[in-house]
This record gives sequence, structure tokens and C-alpha cells, in this order.
Amino acid sequence: MFEQQPIRHGLAALALGITASTALAGPTLDAIKQRGTLVCGVHTGLTGFSAPDKTGKYAGIDVDYCKALAAAILGNPDKVKYVPLTAQQRFTALQSGEIDILSRNTTWNSKRDTTMGSVFPGVWFFDGQAFVINSRKNPKVKKLADLDKASVCVETGTTTERNMADYARAHKLSFKPVVFEGQEATEKAFQSGRCDAYTTDASGIAAMLVNLPSRADYTVLPEIISKEPLAPMLRRNDQEFFAIARWMIFALQQAEESGVTQANVLQMKATSKDPAVQRLTGATAEVGKGLGLDSDWAVRAIQAVGNYGESWERNIKPLGLTRGMNSLWNKGGLMYPMPLD
Amino acid sequence: MNRQPALAHRPLLQRGGEWLRANLFSSVANGVTTLLLLGLLVWLGDRLLTWAVLNAVWGNASVATCNALLGQGACWAVVADKWRQMLFGIYPQAEQWRPAAAVLIFCGMLVLTAMRRFWHLRRLLVLWLGGSLLCAWLMAGGGGLTPVPTALWGGLPITLMLAVFGTLLAFPLGVLLALGRRSSLPIIRAVSISYIELVRGVPLITVLFMASIMFALFLPEGISFDKLLRAQVAIILFNAAYIAEVVRAGLQALPRGQHEAAAALGLGYWQTQLLVILPQALRITIPAQVNSFIDNFKDTSLVIIVSIFDFLYAVRQAVISDLDWRHYFVEGYLFAMAVYWLFCYAMSHYSQWLEKHLARDHRT
Amino acid sequence: MGRQVPGASLPTAMWSSEHFRNLLYQIALLVLIGTLGTYAVLNLVHNLESRAITIGFSYLAQEAGFDISEKLIDYQPTHSYGRAFAVGLLNTLFVSLLAIVAASVLGLAIGIARLSPNWLLRKLAAAYVEAVRNVPLILQLLLWYGVLTELLPPVADALRIGPAYLSQRGCAMPWPVAHPGWSAALLGLLLALVLSLLWARRARTVRDRCGRAPPVLWPAIGVCLLLPLAAWGAFGAPLEFSQPVLSGFDFEGGKIVLPEFIALLCGLSIYTAAFIAEIVRGGILAVDRGQIDAAEALGLSYGQRLRLVILPQTLRVMIPPLTSQYLNLSKNSSLAVAIGYPDLVSVSNTTLNQTGQAIEAIGLMMAVYLALSLAISGLMNWYNHRVRLVER
Repeated sequence: MFEQQPIRHGLAALALGITASTALAGPTLDAIKQRGTLVCGVHTGLTGFSAPDKTGKYAGIDVDYCKALAAAILGNPDKVKYVPLTAQQRFTALQSGEIDILSRNTTWNSKRDTTMGSVFPGVWFFDGQAFVINSRKNPKVKKLADLDKASVCVETGTTTERNMADYARAHKLSFKPVVFEGQEATEKAFQSGRCDAYTTDASGIAAMLVNLPSRADYTVLPEIISKEPLAPMLRRNDQEFFAIARWMIFALQQAEESGVTQANVLQMKATSKDPAVQRLTGATAEVGKGLGLDSDWAVRAIQAVGNYGESWERNIKPLGLTRGMNSLWNKGGLMYPMPLD
Repeated sequence: MNRQPALAHRPLLQRGGEWLRANLFSSVANGVTTLLLLGLLVWLGDRLLTWAVLNAVWGNASVATCNALLGQGACWAVVADKWRQMLFGIYPQAEQWRPAAAVLIFCGMLVLTAMRRFWHLRRLLVLWLGGSLLCAWLMAGGGGLTPVPTALWGGLPITLMLAVFGTLLAFPLGVLLALGRRSSLPIIRAVSISYIELVRGVPLITVLFMASIMFALFLPEGISFDKLLRAQVAIILFNAAYIAEVVRAGLQALPRGQHEAAAALGLGYWQTQLLVILPQALRITIPAQVNSFIDNFKDTSLVIIVSIFDFLYAVRQAVISDLDWRHYFVEGYLFAMAVYWLFCYAMSHYSQWLEKHLARDHRT
Repeated sequence: MGRQVPGASLPTAMWSSEHFRNLLYQIALLVLIGTLGTYAVLNLVHNLESRAITIGFSYLAQEAGFDISEKLIDYQPTHSYGRAFAVGLLNTLFVSLLAIVAASVLGLAIGIARLSPNWLLRKLAAAYVEAVRNVPLILQLLLWYGVLTELLPPVADALRIGPAYLSQRGCAMPWPVAHPGWSAALLGLLLALVLSLLWARRARTVRDRCGRAPPVLWPAIGVCLLLPLAAWGAFGAPLEFSQPVLSGFDFEGGKIVLPEFIALLCGLSIYTAAFIAEIVRGGILAVDRGQIDAAEALGLSYGQRLRLVILPQTLRVMIPPLTSQYLNLSKNSSLAVAIGYPDLVSVSNTTLNQTGQAIEAIGLMMAVYLALSLAISGLMNWYNHRVRLVER
């Protein structure tokens, strides 16, 4: 019996030694710098947010955010490795370290912020859950209450299933959910007529409709049943990286507020007398230094993707969506960049 | 049997008549069955032929041409339009000769392996190592070819890769597990049995989920594998348990005398296994191994659920993401079925042929 | 290793002792597995800790908050994740059970057809087997589902088949309204089945003793028809059927079988039937030729030969491979997730996504399948044992 004792000790020591060495491994930012690439988790294909084009290059507003980060941290917006993820895979991909950052239209809520080991640096897109119907098949449906007892296609792995059930309960309606794995399968089932309605974020519906040749047949119902603040998501273990991620959002929004664009950023840096612009472009304040970067970090990001408004115009406007909540605070929206100082 | 030669002398018509009577109209019930089936066959065959051939749209036709015939004829134009995307996914168009070559090399390796002339360890090793490296180079690029990241790989090469490596690399593990299961050492036996039964008790899908979602949590921070590689590892580990059972059947079929003879010669455990038992056991299980490869080949299609870009995924993507062609998913899926069927049918016939062949060898 | 014994030859002696070597191998294996296991677990603990991920099964008691389209027990979004899991599990069991029955019947028919004296039937059965088993199941499921939801008419123009309606939304058919009479009839049927089994057993002992068996088939059929009918009549002979009526978006009333369910059931049965057919064929071929000749000599017809001589013997050969086919089927039912049927995997997935408890959800899923597999193989082993006992 006691012969096994040393074995057990050795085993424990071995295992402990291994974990001890892993505990010393650097946080995310060091890993990114060492690797020379930013690994960014994105949607497998959601037009406007992140979708591969014919050559396999990803584009969209979520992709732009990754590019801006790579430009700021690594000096090159193309040093990004995109990992396409399904709704189901996204959280563990982040938790396990497969990706550095999740930029995949993910709703910021308390559960994800507290129990899943992740943090959200800020809102990148304000959205809400909507319903779309085929108005040729169901001409009488004008509002959500008309959809009582209807079948609704939902993608698994999203907050939408729960929102829908909550809404139904609160309004004494009943929906029959038909749940699919993956957005393409869900959309296809809806288009085939398996369901009367399809529910997802309003932007997701717009992204589907823009690709449909028969989009005139479809109507988005007026009700928005939830708040969906879509935000990038990071692991909790790296304060420096978190700060960069947060201030990247603010910097790109500040750029829009101050009129700094992809085209004029260098010129603005050299000539602008606006203190906000001077701080943003690193002409005066040392925002970059505080973040552990150089002073040109925001300039590179803006050069890469433009300001927030430009990215929006390029990616989201073609979907036919209006800025609405995503306008800057001084234009009646919710985007309020904290002051760079 | 002995009627056969006599038959040959009679005129063709009479022979045909006799064949008909013997095989189709031997009794009233039989005759009725034949007529019913014939009716069914003609009715179905007529509809199928009209849809799939006579009314079908062939070649590079526009969607409008197909839409005009919607519901009456098949629209094979969808395959003509999309075959590249179905076979190779989003691999850069200009470079698609590379995955095509990789598929051909894979098929070549399979065909060569099927030939008994190649059944020598060294030849097989050289063949597979060389072929795999060549394929890897073709797919990944470098050294004169444009590099293509794995994120852009897709389609048939991925399916073949998952299936072939999923069997090849699972094989040694499977053999070890089979030996372990028949070992006299209690702990080794218990471990092998637990592994085999555990893996065989759960669906592949859950193992794939584990690989795609959970696995990385068990690794130290900062270490992560490619999604494709994780799925490949999951398939290897899963297959090993099934291969182990096939090998075990072979081990059980060997007469006890083989062990005793080896022991009498003074061979140790490993010598006995490697020189005496395994060569025979593996030989008799070759047809079963081919069948398990077929199962594996079909099973790789499940990776679609963890969104890995295999052949089926590429086909589905091609037929449902392009909304113009969305109505013709049946044709797309039939094309995929034909491809899978061709591979599996060829292999299953090979396995049957082999079974007969090897059985003959045993007798002589 | 105990006390030191003088003598240089000891280590070699110990090494060459087979017993010692075996012990060493086993300890090495244990150490290897232990190390890997500990390593993985420690990594996991560390990863979870450093990322503040909570772990545990307490989430099962929380409110699920999502609805499920098909449920065999009462379930509301206000119920717990645990109950949602049970709903998924029951769906898996239900569809597996039905598919096992359907696949067995179809497989038996095709297996017999494979060896029919009729050439055409033989060839058609062979074509079925070759066509079906060489294509991945998931592809067949996708095709079935696509055909059911895309090519069938919308609900408004549902195809009428007798009293039932077939559309994109599945099959809507009349269904008896809940009434004690129906439950009584169901109980009566169960009782009748048990009685028939007991009678068959008794008949066998009588035959063994007296050489002549009392009739079994006709009394069994009789009792299976009469008993439920009597029970149904005794409890008020309800005749009320709920008819499916198109109202609003879908049919209301009656029973609506979802297209996801139909596709899954058809796909699973058709696929597995091809394999079962091969097992049946193999089983029949394994019956000694002399048995068949003897039966022929006794003047038994083809049907009688099959029923009385061949199939009873076949059963014994078939049980082990059949078991593995049933196991495969129940595991393959997990492909439901690809076509949106709320089975165990689908519900677990939703739970996983809402709670983030990946390890628990997947672990639970695997544990359930494992238990299911062990249960089926245990049951079939028991049956195999019984069949074997009957044989002298």
C-alpha cells in the first residue's frame, strides 16, 4: 500500500509544477504582441457585421473593430486572424483562449458579465429584437399581437428564445418556437414557410432582407421587444487589453464627433487646434501612453477603418437601417464617447 | 446447378421463358407480386425519368430557365453553376486546381492501398507519408505556391482528410485498445474496456461538441488548436474505440493454439502479438476495417453541426445561401448524395470482393 | 520494495519476473492516466477560477424561460432547466422507440425480400439497401426535411388525405378527445398483450408435455381486439374526435405531427432498416440448409417455412448485431439538432447557450446517452440470454 505513496506525491508535484508554470503565462495583450496577430472571433456570416466575401475576406462593422484594434496594437489592420464562430461556440472560444476578443454581435447582459468570466468594454451597436413576416402570405398581420399562436423560427444560442417567451407571457400571447442550429438554417426554414415569422435582432433581419430578391414580400413588425446592446467581449484577466478595447470604441466615436475621418486624420493631426482632436490624434495628450501604446494608436485605427460613423455608413447603411439609437449623443442617439484626456 | 448446361442448348426464347417462370412466376403469389412491382416500377420510373432526365434543365442555364420548369423537371443547372463551390468551398477560385489535385491524390492513395501489392508496411508508410505531405503542401501552399490559410479550406478535401486521417491515426490506438481489452492485466483491461464502452456509448455529435466547445478549457491558458484539428482529433479518438472492437473480433477468431505455439517458441508478449497474432488477426478483419472506414467516411458529415467546412457544409452553403437557386436544393443534395454514394459503394464492393478473395486464400 | 536482499542479480531477477513487469506496466498506465487526468482537471480548475466562471448543476433548478415546440409532458417557459431537459430526453426516447419499431418491421420485410424467390423483388430490395446505406444519414435527414418543408403546400392549401391534412407544418389528423374510455382501452390492450404472452408461454409448456400445442395466434388476436373494445365500451364508448380545423396560422385541434418529427422518424427508420435488412438476410442465410430442406420435405409452404422454421432460428443469430443497430439508431437520433427537432441535444444546446454551463450541459448529455446505451444493451443481453435458454 505505502509503496504507492511516493507515486501519488510525485504525481501531485508534477501536476502542480505544470499549472504553476502556466499561471505565469502572460495576459492577453502580451500574447497578442508576441504572436503578432490579433485573434478575433466573428460571426460566420452576417452581412454588415461580419461576412466573408467571395475571396474569403471578412468585412463588416464588427470586423472593422478588430481591424482598428490590430492597427492600434500591432500597427497593421491586416494582422487579424478571424475565427468564425456559431452562437453556441462563441463563449467557450473566448473562455478557453482560442480567441483574444469576441466581436460578434453579442448582447451585453448581467449573466454574461458576471458568471461567464468575461467583460464588455462598451456598446458597439444598439439593437433590439424584432419580428419579420411574409406579408404576401399573411397580409393581415400588422403588429406582434396578430402573431398569436404563430410558429416562429428562432436560432439557438441567442437571447432571442428567452425574450420571445418573456414577451409572450407578459402579453398573454403564445408563439410556437421552431429552433434551429445556425442562422442560415433558421432563415431558410422561415423563407420556406415552415414558420410564420422569424425573430432575431433588427439588424439581423435587415441583413437577411437585403440579400433577398423578393424582399418586398416581407414586413418587419413595428415592435422591438428587447434591448440588445451588442458589445465586444473579452476575458476578465487583462486590464490593459480591456482598457484598449474600451477606449478604441470611444476613440472611434470621438473621431466622428470631432469630424476626424479616414481621409483627413493625418492632416487634422498636423493642423487642428481643437483640443479634443489634438488629444485623440496624440498631438498633445498621452492617451496612448496610458494604454501602453504609442501616441499614434488612434490615428492608425482611424486610417484603417475610418471613424465610427464611416464604418456605419459603409457596413450598416446598405442594409437599409437608420442610425437611430446609434447616432452620437449630440445627434439624438445613445453613442456618448467618454472624454479622452 | 446441374440444369445449367442443359439449358444452354435450348433456344434463347425458351431459356428466357424458363428463367421468367423460375424467377418471376413460380407461383400465383409470386406472379401477382411481380406484376404489382412491375406496375410500381413503371409508374415511379416514368415520373422519375421525366423529372430527372426528360424535363430537366442541363448545363449552364439561367435561374429563369429553371423557374419556368419549376416542379416539372430537375434543374441540374444548379450543379453546373455551383459545383466548384460545392466541391472546394471558399478556397480561392484561381487556386482550386490544388484542392482538386489533393482529392485526386487522396483517391489515388486509397486505390493503391486497396491493391494487395501495396500491403507491406514500408510501402504503405511511404505512400501515406508522401501523399499526405504532398496534399498538405498543395492545400496550405508555400514553397512556390500562394499560401492559403486553413480558414479558407473546405469541401471534399476536408471530408477526405477527416475520414482518411480519422481512420489511419485511430488505427494504432485501436489496436492497442483491442490488445488491452484482451489483456490478462486487470487494470489495463479495465481501462481499455472503460474507454471503448464509454466512447461507443455516446453519439459522435457529443464528442464533436466536446472538442469544439469544451476541450480548450482542459488545456493550459494560451494553448489552443485549430477548430479543424480539434474535430480531427475527436474523430480519431472516437474511431479508435470502433476499430478496437473490429480488431478484437479478429483476435477472438484466432485459435488458442497460435498463442500456445508462440509461447512454446519462447516469444514474449509483444513478440507474440506483433509477429504471430496481429498479422493474422488484422488480415482476417480487413473487410470489417473497410466497412468501418465507410462508416467513418459517412460520419465525417456530422462536423457540419459544429460548422466545419466539409463537403456537405459546402453543398448546403452553396444551395441555401444563394437565394436565386434556393428552390433547387433537392438537386444540390442529390449531387452530394451521388458523391458520397460513389465513394461508399465502391468501397463496400471492394470490401465484399476482398472478403471472398481472402476467404479463398485461407482455404488454399 | 521491502527489505534489501544482498545479491547483484536481484534487479534483473525482479525485472524478468513477469509478475513484476506486469505490475509495473499497470502502474505506469495508471500514473499516465492519473497525470493526464489531474493535469486536465487542474487546468480546468485554474481556467475556471481565473475567468471567474461558476460551475455546478444548480442551474438545473433555475427558470428556463424558453418554450419547446413538442413536449410529451406539461412544460411551460416558467419551468426549470431540469424539466426542459426531461422534455428533451422524453422526445429523444419517444422518437427512438418509434423508429426502432418502424426500422425493425421495414428491415425484416426487406431482409426477407432480399432472399425472396421472386427475382424482381430481390433486386429491388437489394437496390434499396445499396442506395440507402451508402449515403450519410444527416444528408438524408436534410433532404427529407427540405422536401417536407419546401415542397409540400403551405397550410392554407394543405393536401387532404382522408381525414388528415399534410402541409409544410406537418400532418394534422383527428385525435380522440381525452376520455376515461380511451385510457381504459389502452390499458385493456396492454393487459391483453400480457395475457397473450402468458398464454403463449403456457402453450409451449403444454406442447412440451403433450406434444400438441393449443392454438396461440387466433386467441391472442381475439383477446387483443376484444379486451380493449370491452374496456372502451364499459367506460362510456366515447366517439368524440377532435378534428383539425384551419384557423389563423395553423391547424387547431386534432393531433399535429411536426415536420421535424416526421423527417427524423422517416430518416432514422429508412436508414436503419437497410442495415437491419442485411442482418436479417445474414441471419436467414446462417440457418442450416438442411433445416429448410427438411421443412420443404414436410410440405410446409414458403410462408410457413419462414415463420415456423427459419425466423425463430434466425433471431438468435441476429440479436447481437441488432442490438448494435438499435444503439446506433438511438445515438443517431441526436442528429435531430440539424433539422430543429427539440430532442435532448437541442434542448441541452439552448440551455448551454443561455446559462453558459458548457461542461455540465455536455457532460449531462453524454451521461444520458451512455446510460441509454447501457440500458439497451443490457436489455438485449437479457433477451439474448432468454432466447438461448429456450434452445435446449
